[in-house]
Amino acid sequence: MTRATPLPARARAIANGDRAALARAISDVENGAPAAEPILRALYPRTRGVPVVGLAGPLGVGKSSLINALVGHLRAAGTTVGVVAVDPSSPFSGGSVLGDRIRLDRPADDRGVYFRSMASRGAAGGIATASREVVRLLDAAGFDVILVETVGSGQVDIAIRDVATTRVVVLVPHLGDEVQTLKAGLFEIADVFCVNKSDLPGADHAERDLAELAALGPAPDGWRSRIVRTSTLAPFGIDRLWAAIAAHEAFLDTSGTRAAAERRRLAREIVDRASDRLAHDLTERMERDPALRRLVDRVVARTLDPRSAADRLLVARSRR
Amino acid sequence: MPRATKQRRGPIRVLIAKPGLDGHDRGAKVVARALRDAGMEVIYAGLRQTPEEIVRAAVEEDVDLIGLSILSGAHMALFPRVLKLLKEQVGRRIPVFAGGIIPDEDARRLRQLGIQAIFGPGASLDEIVKTATRLARGPA
Repeated sequence: MTRATPLPARARAIANGDRAALARAISDVENGAPAAEPILRALYPRTRGVPVVGLAGPLGVGKSSLINALVGHLRAAGTTVGVVAVDPSSPFSGGSVLGDRIRLDRPADDRGVYFRSMASRGAAGGIATASREVVRLLDAAGFDVILVETVGSGQVDIAIRDVATTRVVVLVPHLGDEVQTLKAGLFEIADVFCVNKSDLPGADHAERDLAELAALGPAPDGWRSRIVRTSTLAPFGIDRLWAAIAAHEAFLDTSGTRAAAERRRLAREIVDRASDRLAHDLTERMERDPALRRLVDRVVARTLDPRSAADRLLVARSRR
Repeated sequence: MPRATKQRRGPIRVLIAKPGLDGHDRGAKVVARALRDAGMEVIYAGLRQTPEEIVRAAVEEDVDLIGLSILSGAHMALFPRVLKLLKEQVGRRIPVFAGGIIPDEDARRLRQLGIQAIFGPGASLDEIVKTATRLARGPA
């Protein structure tokens, strides 16, 4: 079940910057291995709550290239960076091709960067849970800033909301109707809009649309989304993109909203964790207990409805 | 530090990389896709990777297996360098397989050095997937 290496040593190795130990712990978290638990528990008090910048957006807008450019920008300033890049898993085979690393262009001996590719592995909420803990491991390993890249659709947006302190939504000129469909989801969580590939015509138009949207949008905590034009090809705008991200991080501190946002994220995480366990426990009970299995029979026979069956399952659990 | 690869519960993680300077990555992409379809998580590192970059990626991505593709003819310079760095820098044994245009005599030598399987033109994807699975998980 668990690996042979004793536990405090593994946590210590991560805190001391052992990259292989960090890499293995990330795998354990992804795999839901029991070995991950004592490591996460031991390292939690050491996490500092470093800036976590999430980049989300449709496929092909240049998120990986932007991450590479941001890494270059940050490394030039001596800032260390941990990167988590999430790509989808195939719903058919469970496999995936994780290609974001291709864009990483750093000297092989630069120990100020750690790059990890992650497959979404399908399960709803699962990616959010794992990426939160992976980010925490990178924090405990001492990286100054953590960048998280996700594909921007469906449940993955939620992951970025639950993980990042600053959310960057990446778009390109002429996204057209795509922009409309995104309005309800990603647009609401953006602290910074990045119009990438702005060397292409139409960037000014896209910026104007976003500016109007940002002006309309509610700013409950007082932050108004910034819009930055970038190109990783030209290249330009990377310094301004980072400045906008840094401005949001500074705003979190000066406005006092950082603590409240973190509190919300952690509360959600606790509930997610507990729900996972509860679901696991209830599933097991149903499989084990013949009386509870009969609940299913009755629902199948239409002599009991699913809601009432759920009530009885919960009652059965609380009795023991 | 030995690690219990076979006890891992997640999908097999495999790094596919092209060391050297040739730009012929179709083979590597086809193999990446076949391994994906076999349920593996394929970290595709792409073209023109130095041995140092390959080993670094293998560590950071915590892979179970490395696949190298090369068509430039520089395999006798680059593959042994990857193996040497793996030995020096990685505390566990990560199996390596390779594909490309590799003469029989070189293939023999590379196997002696520790490349576990070598596939030439005409190798079937099925064979590659089976071998990759066996190398990552050990014999069933």
